[in-house]
Amino acid sequence: MLLMGLQVGFNLLMFLFMYLPIIVLAVYSFNRSAYSAGWTGFTLEWYTRLFNDGRILLALQNSLTVALVAVGISAVLGTLMAVGLARYHFPFKSLYRGVSYLPLIIPDIAIAVATLIFLAVFSIRLSLWTIIAAHIVFCLAYIAVLVSTRLADLNPHLEEAALDLGATPFQAFMKVLLPQLMPGIVSGCLLAFVLSMDDFLIASFTAGSGANTLPMEIFSRIRTGVKPDINALSVLLILVSGVIAFISEYLRYQGEQRRTRSS
Amino acid sequence: MPAKSRWSHWIGPVSLLSPAGLWLLLLLVLPTFVIFQLSLVPNIRPGDVVNPSGIENYLRVFEPIYGNVIGRSLGFAVGTTVICLLLGFPVAYWIALSAPRRWRNLLLLGFVLPLWTSSLLRSYAWISILRRTGVLNSFLGVLGLPPVNLLNDWPAVLIGMSYSFLPYMVLILYSSLEKLDKRLLEASADLGANPIQAFFKITVPQAFPGIAAGTLLVLITSLGDFVDPELLGGASNMTVARLIYNQFLGPTQNWGFGSALSMVLIFAVSIAIALLIKYGDNPNRA
Repeated sequence: MLLMGLQVGFNLLMFLFMYLPIIVLAVYSFNRSAYSAGWTGFTLEWYTRLFNDGRILLALQNSLTVALVAVGISAVLGTLMAVGLARYHFPFKSLYRGVSYLPLIIPDIAIAVATLIFLAVFSIRLSLWTIIAAHIVFCLAYIAVLVSTRLADLNPHLEEAALDLGATPFQAFMKVLLPQLMPGIVSGCLLAFVLSMDDFLIASFTAGSGANTLPMEIFSRIRTGVKPDINALSVLLILVSGVIAFISEYLRYQGEQRRTRSS
Repeated sequence: MPAKSRWSHWIGPVSLLSPAGLWLLLLLVLPTFVIFQLSLVPNIRPGDVVNPSGIENYLRVFEPIYGNVIGRSLGFAVGTTVICLLLGFPVAYWIALSAPRRWRNLLLLGFVLPLWTSSLLRSYAWISILRRTGVLNSFLGVLGLPPVNLLNDWPAVLIGMSYSFLPYMVLILYSSLEKLDKRLLEASADLGANPIQAFFKITVPQAFPGIAAGTLLVLITSLGDFVDPELLGGASNMTVARLIYNQFLGPTQNWGFGSALSMVLIFAVSIAIALLIKYGDNPNRA
């Protein structure tokens, strides 16, 4: 009994630890004085200031452009790669698979350096497009992994049946395989979107002077001291990513339910 | 099926696999070879002619001042991993084995949800907690305790990094503890083992691949962490990732030395990946 109480108590403490920073940001974002830890009255000033901040809004727009384009392209490339890896055997397949896992494991700083060097070798001018090219590297890897797990659970006979019934390989892919892969593709896209919106290192190596993304803007503001409007921004971003995380988990959960029912 | 020609046989695999493959080859694999080439050029700046001529950059990496940086990065990574294992194991164990079954998914999702939020903003939140006039010191003040100065020093880095990587550890440990055969625990209790014996002789060996995978993955990711040391560590806590950043984007531009540091980091991470493949849980099996 004592052991069980200790266990529950420890876990409550750990959950509090995970949410403490988020609670602190939320409280500060409504606190009139953002510079002292004490509560000095409720205010919405930091939120109104945020919505009137042109630099933040422009950086947000840049980040959204990068994330949406990179995720859109990665969804196609990553899905094709996952299907290709599941369907074909070819020489050096394990090498190819190993390379496709690399962006998930090697540190961001190494990806950032590699991309900067690639751009320098080909003397490509840095812009929003170079950030997109760099983000596709890790986005497509995450999407491919999530689509692969989904593929492993599918019934391969459905596509064969479609081919037997006279569908062309392209029709079978679009009408049979793709709808079944959709939950994996969507949750992969959501994860990639959040990661792209969060990336600071790779973007700052590939952005050049003109294009500022939201994390780059946040980083430069944090470095120059504590800024109360950043608290308000944090709360909004955390709410949005919480909703995205929830949708992604819900899709995964539904997929699992369907699998337990069918088996 | 009609006999296919040699070429049509390759249309499928090539059209599915080459777009992503080319992208990874161009932006990840080939540049890594260029990084290696650059690492052999002493004192190169952007725009210089590349002329590999020696291992001076690597000798510089191991000079005491930079050796300390590598040692500190390793120290942070090992410290973070140990803290995450000690704090994460009881959490994963409780969610996987003790908590009511229908709450498990929700509890796990609840625990790892902060992972989905911006890593910069999580570090920023720790600044608000740990700074001199922050939440921690006002709490200590209420208790009548003297204030502590943790920000811009190594304890803040360890706190921030442990916080960042704890959800990864819990996720991996959970998936391995979930598969644990509970009948073995019951059998060992029937045969007279006490809970501590059962834990070390039944639970730990069964969860070993998960423990190895969690340990190595946290070690790899925390070794290359930039944000936590940069924002919480102050000037005196230079790490490899910060040093690499400075060689490319900071005032002391030296792409050759930066490349050598990157190669050392990639090499260290490769060793951990090799260990992971050998001892860790296979992610495809889970």
